[in-house]
Amino acid sequence: MPVRTVLSTNIEYISILDEHGEFDAKLGKDLISDEDVVKLYEHMTVCRRFDEIAFKLQRSGRMGTYPENRGQEAASLGAVYALRKDDWLVPCYRENPGLFWRGLPMEYILLHWMGDERGNQIPDGLYMTPQAIPIGTQMLHAVGLAWASKYRGEDRIACTFFGDGATSEGDCHEALNFAANLDLPVVFVCQNNGWAISVPAKIQCSAPTIAQRGLAYGMECVQCDGNDIFAMVKVVRDAAALARRSHRPTFIEAVTYRLGDHTTADDARRYRDSAEVEMWKKRDPLIRLRKYLVDRNRWDDEKERSLQADAKEQVAAAVKRAEEIAAPSTTDMFDSLYAQLPDQLRIQRATLRTACLGQDPSQLEGGIEASRQQGIEETVSEPGLP
Amino acid sequence: MANLTLVQAINLALIQEMEKDDRVIVLGEDVGINGGVFRVTEGLFKRFGPSRVVDTPLAESGIIGASIGLAMAGLRPVPEIQFEGFLAPAYDQLCTHAARMRARTRGALTVPMTVRVPVGGGIHAPELHSDSPAAFYVHQPGLKVVVPATPYDAKGLLISAIRDPDPILFFEPKRLYRAFREEVPEDEYTVPIGKARVVLPGDEITVISWGAPVVQCVTAIEQSDQSIELIDLRTIYPLDTETIVNSVRKTGRAVIVHEAPKTAGLGAEVASRIMEHCFLYLEAPIQRVTGFDTVMPYYKLELEYLPEAERIRKAIQEVAAY
Ligand SMILES: Cc1ncc(C[n+]2csc(CCOP(=O)(O)OP(=O)(O)O)c2C)c(N)n1
Ligand SMILES: [Mg+2]
Repeated sequence: MPVRTVLSTNIEYISILDEHGEFDAKLGKDLISDEDVVKLYEHMTVCRRFDEIAFKLQRSGRMGTYPENRGQEAASLGAVYALRKDDWLVPCYRENPGLFWRGLPMEYILLHWMGDERGNQIPDGLYMTPQAIPIGTQMLHAVGLAWASKYRGEDRIACTFFGDGATSEGDCHEALNFAANLDLPVVFVCQNNGWAISVPAKIQCSAPTIAQRGLAYGMECVQCDGNDIFAMVKVVRDAAALARRSHRPTFIEAVTYRLGDHTTADDARRYRDSAEVEMWKKRDPLIRLRKYLVDRNRWDDEKERSLQADAKEQVAAAVKRAEEIAAPSTTDMFDSLYAQLPDQLRIQRATLRTACLGQDPSQLEGGIEASRQQGIEETVSEPGLP
Repeated sequence: MANLTLVQAINLALIQEMEKDDRVIVLGEDVGINGGVFRVTEGLFKRFGPSRVVDTPLAESGIIGASIGLAMAGLRPVPEIQFEGFLAPAYDQLCTHAARMRARTRGALTVPMTVRVPVGGGIHAPELHSDSPAAFYVHQPGLKVVVPATPYDAKGLLISAIRDPDPILFFEPKRLYRAFREEVPEDEYTVPIGKARVVLPGDEITVISWGAPVVQCVTAIEQSDQSIELIDLRTIYPLDTETIVNSVRKTGRAVIVHEAPKTAGLGAEVASRIMEHCFLYLEAPIQRVTGFDTVMPYYKLELEYLPEAERIRKAIQEVAAY
């Protein structure tokens, strides 16, 4: 028998507004109204400012480790813009622009990185999971959320975000396999920013694209310019439509770049070439979007000045709100652990001790009286933000 | 002798073992050019090259599973898991394979690997970067678990671990990485696995701990009037029962201190051994000063969670007064 080719395929790369500001009018037709482009540009600018301030907060000791999103604003923002308000978002930690667009108040992200778990208490009506710290684990949750929606006969879908590094984790592959084989409406958005801390993307994937990982599992896949908000909107809109229509998942590789260090705890100069960073600075998603607006007489220096002032104010206000929230009380770590706190935890919570003599001073001299004076009684308050 | 931090002592141990034995290789996330996120493997890539210091794909199960293969083939892999919170994806490989290979094959295949893992809280790190999961692995027969608390011990124990014929989890308390320096011999030496260290001698109360809280215990003891013996277990599996028992038979009072949650924590095992061997010597109930039975909170509350000196001191006073 002759050798037959059983599969040959190709992967598309979508770019609409390129790094020089050239716009593909055909592909980009009616994709985003000019009014919305202005809003998206404004939002990206606020997010850029947010990063700048978050970085400074960390450096001045007012916040813990923080991962900048700088340079990647278009990817999550374009995706969330293309989704419905009730579609699930299952993010990692470089999706602030998308989460803020959906309505997450900025102070929640600040609180999280300020070491206050209440920053994860997603407000009612926002369909999103908290930032995922263990890499590559959250995509399976998107699978389950999408599955539940299909089970209930709803047309909500789930969109999950993760990095190039995350595609190496076993859970990632399990998520892709589940979604493809169980016909689930999931949009997988891989933000390939070139690096996983100090490890270049080629260590995670030696194939020409990460996108083709989707192909391997039998799902639609596409690569796009992740710094091009038009391309992001197009590919996610198409993927969402397919998911809603036929419960099929799509794998999107958004090619972008991490302009900052991995986090404030990292120093990228140790392992990457500054020439690479300089090259990507020219591909900044904000620069080209501003050019797009200027070319269409929708933007000018005056507007830019007032936007910068406004961004400054918005972020300052968010920082103020975050810092004004009183530190969590010690009991916060107990109060949300179970629907109903087991007795042994009530005792720990009431005494803030683990040593049994400290928990039950009736064993000590003075007996039960001493115990009463110590006031071992529980008052379990409502958890969460005031 | 050189005055080294814990990080530097571990780095030195790695360099010396790698120079001596080309079966030793280091692998993990960011261990290469970056020298590890805590810089423990700093300089290794330059010195030993990319075939012995390997940046792997981001996959903990992969790192440990592949290390098992390397070890079965006769190498001495020293994989790094970047933070203890990310041991979870490797749990399967550790417990279902590394721990069992010798037993399953009746010694035909063995896994002489040393898994290095930064552990514990106290450094304002994000979620899952401050946990204390060591007891999970103590509970798994077939593994050994080591937790140094000083630069000297770290170097000597790591060398012993790398040379040990069985799989070892080597937990490095990150709160101590740069907390203090100590004279560490440049010459090669080993500290035996399975032997505790008496940090401070005393005869009224025994305080038993390991890892970062040893430092808090010293502070608490300094603030107490009693004559207190402080034992740093150094290895938490296998346990040095003899050192514990000898001390408690002398003092009759014991306080156990660890970062991990109380319930089913290693303190329970230590307390049971004391009960088994020292029942008639005990003058007071054994006390456990530990993390609470909660998820490790984010850093704003981490010092409330951790067994800090004041909580230890109170327990010491209560045991003394009993
Ligand atoms: C399971 C797990 N392993 C390791 C880490 C430590 N870590 C945090 S971010 C990161 C790199 C992630 O790279 P990528 O997925 O490309 O996302 P990026 O940070 O580039 O957005 C690593 C190794 C982690 N958080 N979780
Ligand atoms: Mg990345």
